[in-house]
Amino acid sequence: MTQHIILFPALFQMFLALGMLFYWSRTRIQIVISVIGNILNICLAITLFHTVWTEGTLVLQAGNWEAPFGITFVADTFSATLVLLTSIIGTAVSLFIPATVIRHRLKFGFLPLFHFLLMGVTGVLLTGDIFNLYVWFEIIHISSFVLLALGSERYQLQGAVKYFTLNMLASIIFLTGLAILYGLMGTLNMADLAVKAGEVETDNLLFICAMFFFVGFGIKSAIFPMYFWLPDSYHTPPTAVSAIFSGLLTKVGVYAIIRVFSLVFLGNQFIADLVGVVAIISILSGGAAALLQNNLRKVFAYLIICHIGFLIAGLGIFNEASVSGTVYYMMHDMVVKANLFLIAGLVFRIMGTEDLRELGGLYASHPKISLLIAVTFFSVIGIPPLSGFWPKIGLIRGSLEGGEFFAMGAILFGSFLTLMALARVWSKAFWRPAKPLKRIEGFVYFSDLTTRRKSLILGSIAMLTAVTLYFGFGAEQVQSVAQRIATEIIDKNSYVNAVFGL
Amino acid sequence: MELVLAICIGLLYAAGIYMILRKSLVKLIIGLTLLGNGVNLLIFLLGRITKGAPPLIPGNLETFGDIYADPVPQALILTAIVISFGLQSFAIVLIKRVYRIVNTDNLDRLGNENEEQA
Repeated sequence: MTQHIILFPALFQMFLALGMLFYWSRTRIQIVISVIGNILNICLAITLFHTVWTEGTLVLQAGNWEAPFGITFVADTFSATLVLLTSIIGTAVSLFIPATVIRHRLKFGFLPLFHFLLMGVTGVLLTGDIFNLYVWFEIIHISSFVLLALGSERYQLQGAVKYFTLNMLASIIFLTGLAILYGLMGTLNMADLAVKAGEVETDNLLFICAMFFFVGFGIKSAIFPMYFWLPDSYHTPPTAVSAIFSGLLTKVGVYAIIRVFSLVFLGNQFIADLVGVVAIISILSGGAAALLQNNLRKVFAYLIICHIGFLIAGLGIFNEASVSGTVYYMMHDMVVKANLFLIAGLVFRIMGTEDLRELGGLYASHPKISLLIAVTFFSVIGIPPLSGFWPKIGLIRGSLEGGEFFAMGAILFGSFLTLMALARVWSKAFWRPAKPLKRIEGFVYFSDLTTRRKSLILGSIAMLTAVTLYFGFGAEQVQSVAQRIATEIIDKNSYVNAVFGL
Repeated sequence: MELVLAICIGLLYAAGIYMILRKSLVKLIIGLTLLGNGVNLLIFLLGRITKGAPPLIPGNLETFGDIYADPVPQALILTAIVISFGLQSFAIVLIKRVYRIVNTDNLDRLGNENEEQA
């Protein structure tokens, strides 16, 4: 019976969303359900993580159809960890939503969609079937499209068209790759694919297939040269939505790349080289573009691309040190990126603008909040002993062992670019004297909010900051988790054996 | 049959990509739809076309004796059709909304000239 807990986090989110639909226009009840539900969901995720950590990989065969024939759900340490982080980020954002998103939006099903999105993310992390992966991705897509477009403001729709087109195209490309894969091997179960990939005679077709998957997932996770939709759309919706997108959606794409490539495609030298080159260019172009932007959320959006490059670089090198670095960085990055966008929302609430040319004087007016924000900034940059520093050790050691000196240089230079970009934000928005800003009529400033709302905003940011601090100061424990995940990813037999019950 | 289907799929992909590269929003959606249909046919084709052999085990046997039509691709296509139907209907509503607010069908004029915020 224990294996049934695999599905609980996803199912629970679904029931929350469905329950909210009964209170369509009573947003207060929806908010209560959302917050309490997300906290309970953390408990479920902890249970799942604990079970996986003590008992090893859990496998659930849906409908009791044996492994390659039915749909399999797999929770190994990697999935369970990311499910736990998803639930934590979901909780933080659900605290942030009632304080910042306007009533009008909440009345159009904002919160149910938010929970369907979380369900989709959890599903992607837990499935062991490649077509099922596609279906979960579509659940994510449809809810993210609506969340992005809800409100129908002019700039929102402009962003939504780009986001929609590119993501739908990505799904089509992914499905094309899937069709070829099925034609080659006649199976959809990822463990079965891993076994059969070794037996395929026509190497070229497998290679083409890998390219389809790389482009499809690459668009979703915004790697070079397929990232242009991201900075154009992430700054348009309410900040709560940007936070959940940046913390989860691109990382889910990276998760899919890591999962599928480590199981099925890696081993081919060309693919490894391609992944490495793409990673290096993502790091450099994302980091450089972040220096040029004037919109706070656009700066952060380009930083996402830069740091996605770190993750992909570790995968391209593919030895134990680099993969554990990638996994650790991914855990750190999910939390920290969501937090950066929440911070952008807070800054916007305080100042009424997100334009770096107009911001200023935050440190003088709000010193305590600024210090809270500084912790996150330092973590992103990777100042020891904060969380961004430790995974980079793994990445750099991995690239030294693998002899990938370009990747190592790019990672170091990328950290430097991140430092530059955030130092620019810090000096412009926080340190320089305040500029006279016109007070916007009808805009609710941070100082006008009730104490309860203020504490909700600060509480959500503090919560994610606390998790970040844990990743920094509890590095030994986190590293041991990352190490175990890396061993599981590299030795794909453990995954295969767990699925087939060997 | 395979050849006809293969040509058909190629044409659908080509037409879809051509339509996506046009400037009009409506043509963009039509292009995505064509590509989606191309993918569905591709899954069907690569699942091997077997005529007149339903996947039923005869009563006197324990396993399949002969070649049979694979039911999995059809299940996949069905799922993919339903999903793309949902996405397309959303897309149509979206472009209608965009047309109303931005007042243009031209993708080049859609731009993101303003930096204003929610």
